[in-house]
Amino acid sequence: MARLVVLGGGVSGHTAATFAAKWLGSAHEVVVVTPNSKWNWIPSNIWVGVGEMSKEEVTFDLAPVYAKAGINYKQAKALSINPEGSELVNKPFVTIEYTLAGREGMTENIEYDYLINATGPKLNFGATPGLGDANGLGEFTVSVCTEDHAVHANEEFQKCIQKMKKGERQKFLIGTGHGLCTCQGAAFEYILNVEHELNKAGVRDMADLKWISNESFLGDFGMGGLHMKSMGFAVSSKIFAESLFTERNVDWIIGAHVNKVEKGKVSYELLDGSMGEEEFDFSMLLPPYTGVGLKAYAKDGSDITATVFAPNGFMKVDANYSAGAYENWKADDWPKTYQNPTYGNMFACGIAFAPPHPISKPTSSPNGTPINPTPPRTGMPSGIIGKAVAHSICDRILQGENAPLHEASMAHMGAACVASAGKGIFDGTAAAMTIYPVVPDFEKYPGTGRDTDYTFGEIGLAGHWIKHILHHLFIWKAKLKAGWTLIPE
Amino acid sequence: MSKKAEHNIKAYGNNFTTMTPGPFAIKLRTCKIWQFIRFIVINIKMLIVVRKSHI
Repeated sequence: MARLVVLGGGVSGHTAATFAAKWLGSAHEVVVVTPNSKWNWIPSNIWVGVGEMSKEEVTFDLAPVYAKAGINYKQAKALSINPEGSELVNKPFVTIEYTLAGREGMTENIEYDYLINATGPKLNFGATPGLGDANGLGEFTVSVCTEDHAVHANEEFQKCIQKMKKGERQKFLIGTGHGLCTCQGAAFEYILNVEHELNKAGVRDMADLKWISNESFLGDFGMGGLHMKSMGFAVSSKIFAESLFTERNVDWIIGAHVNKVEKGKVSYELLDGSMGEEEFDFSMLLPPYTGVGLKAYAKDGSDITATVFAPNGFMKVDANYSAGAYENWKADDWPKTYQNPTYGNMFACGIAFAPPHPISKPTSSPNGTPINPTPPRTGMPSGIIGKAVAHSICDRILQGENAPLHEASMAHMGAACVASAGKGIFDGTAAAMTIYPVVPDFEKYPGTGRDTDYTFGEIGLAGHWIKHILHHLFIWKAKLKAGWTLIPE
Repeated sequence: MSKKAEHNIKAYGNNFTTMTPGPFAIKLRTCKIWQFIRFIVINIKMLIVVRKSHI
């Protein structure tokens, strides 16, 4: 009997674990280690953050789902990996620390034959003074990264609405809280929903909305922007995003590294080297991501963390990490199999794998401060990669160690993104986009780097309906209800 | 129908060079019949992208 250990139960880890359990059956063991007791459909946290959904609607308990799937579920966080075993144990193992009530702080070593690292990111609020500290979110801003953060965001948002109803003008500042953030799309969707809710509450005229982000142009989204087919044109996402903001009277600051947050005020540095300050009454700023801080040790106990993980804490995989300057970047730099180059029985998927470099062209201020988005690895790519990795491992367990690995390069993969504005069936709209491929390939698609036959975007109720359907469809799939394998990632 | 979006443009401000939707484009976004057609079209396009991504 072989044992697969999956670290993390988010979109990528959950997809990998559930497919592996299905394909391997009861002859082999799948273990999931995740510190959370609930699964969270993160894209819908946006609606929780404006009070349109409850926390319960975007989460469910993992234990009964894993029990049904025959997965050995351990509510714990991974501390370290011993890919060669130790002087006492010959097999590789991971050391975990329980977060389960009643067992908090207890540690255990779990031996494995194959390991998937799908831990996701550490929300690095501590990177910006005032945004938070090593323990999490600070007191001056809000976030929608977790379901609890989103609940808190809504509480603060509702207070602002009440103040506006009493005649007090409020300023909303939404975007990224550091020069190296990713997931601009989530903040983008949040500001659209805030604007929609303010209109609904009848207080839009009492609010000033401003976007602040580390993108070098609006609509970069960490993917170097995109050209989408619309109205017979290949339209830049810059025009698309600027148009959406102009229509909603949202102003913006871009190319900004937020370097300090105080009560009601952020300080920032721009790409031209100038410094600025912006006041706010309500601010949702996303933190940058790092790896979760897993350590790795060799058989003799020596620290090999730098061998297994990149300096940002994400696990090294089959990417080209020596591409160098932007001019040398190629689509082929991006990983295909997500296998660790040193230890062939370890894989990383979702946000946990170390990308070879950003997707957006790197930029920095004259002061040397890097200000550019880091690459997104969430949502659809995350699920597809998780499934491909599970497939590779299952083949190796069932067919032998030389079974070929499955590939899922972000340079040969598309993504569908739907950014809603509102939640009602008929009173909201959404920006629906597809992009192919996620990582631009300028050799295959000269000019835009992408296939404009499959890269498009439009605004309307239709995208809004799709967003609703995706919410229910993916929670249905994650709960492993009837037909879950038929729903694509 | 007003040209509300145009009124938000600030001369030589951040948004002076962008495009804004006219009344007809805004109407189409919430026209249920048109949006139902777009719903079918967008779903087909998304399914094609999903299929290409799983190969």
